[in-house]
Amino acid sequence: MAVTPTPRVRLPATVKAGETIEVKTLISHEMESGQRKDASGNLVPRKIIKAFKASFNGKEIMAIDLHPAISANPYLSFFVKVQETGTFTFEWFDDDGSVYKAENKVTVG
Amino acid sequence: MMILAKGLSRRDLLQGLGVGVVTLSVPALALATPAMVADEMKKLFPGKTAVDGKIKLDLPTIAENGLVVPLNFEVESPMTAADYVKSVHFFAEGNPNPLLASFRYTPMIPKAAGQIRIRLAQSQNIVAFAEMSDGKLFTAKKEVKVTIGGCGG
Repeated sequence: MAVTPTPRVRLPATVKAGETIEVKTLISHEMESGQRKDASGNLVPRKIIKAFKASFNGKEIMAIDLHPAISANPYLSFFVKVQETGTFTFEWFDDDGSVYKAENKVTVG
Repeated sequence: MMILAKGLSRRDLLQGLGVGVVTLSVPALALATPAMVADEMKKLFPGKTAVDGKIKLDLPTIAENGLVVPLNFEVESPMTAADYVKSVHFFAEGNPNPLLASFRYTPMIPKAAGQIRIRLAQSQNIVAFAEMSDGKLFTAKKEVKVTIGGCGG
């Protein structure tokens, strides 16, 4: 049951300078833990998103390490502060080497 | 009538599945112990001890579905360049693997808080450790009772 990982990010497009805003992210992904067995009793190989990184204007601001105990379709929420107009980049790193990326432009006004 | 019949069979199916998950997967898996969580913590922060406090850990007291358990947290900190939360680590004392997730912050983050959703194999304690920029360690613990384990997927 392979799903195409599609990142979804929710944050306001316009904010006040210095305002704390919550970023909510969701990515469709099965997060196969590697502990589950299929119908014939074989272990289903692990395939999870193992890390997440948030950057603002190319500079890393925070990162999250994820382990197999994270639910399918990982939801992550956190807080950021915006001082200037710029672009947030959110990256999800898959076990198989794929990187899923989302970009959000935020305007201070 | 059709709707009622459908609803009943779906519930029966789900209950059947839940029982299957619990009886099949739990005895087969080696589950973590509180000692393993302590070991992981020692690996991360050698020679340090954590004191209670600063972390607000919010989890349901009873989680009906162990596959998706929301975990909310907030660490008390001014989050300035001189005094901020460097990282927050979450562990499960009764999962096959005690590691849940680690958040790594920079002073550009205004608030060390957030939400993740986790899988829990059985009723157990969730432990959080927060490392401050001055090296101090804080910890918090919360018990979650799980009705249907979430390890079988």
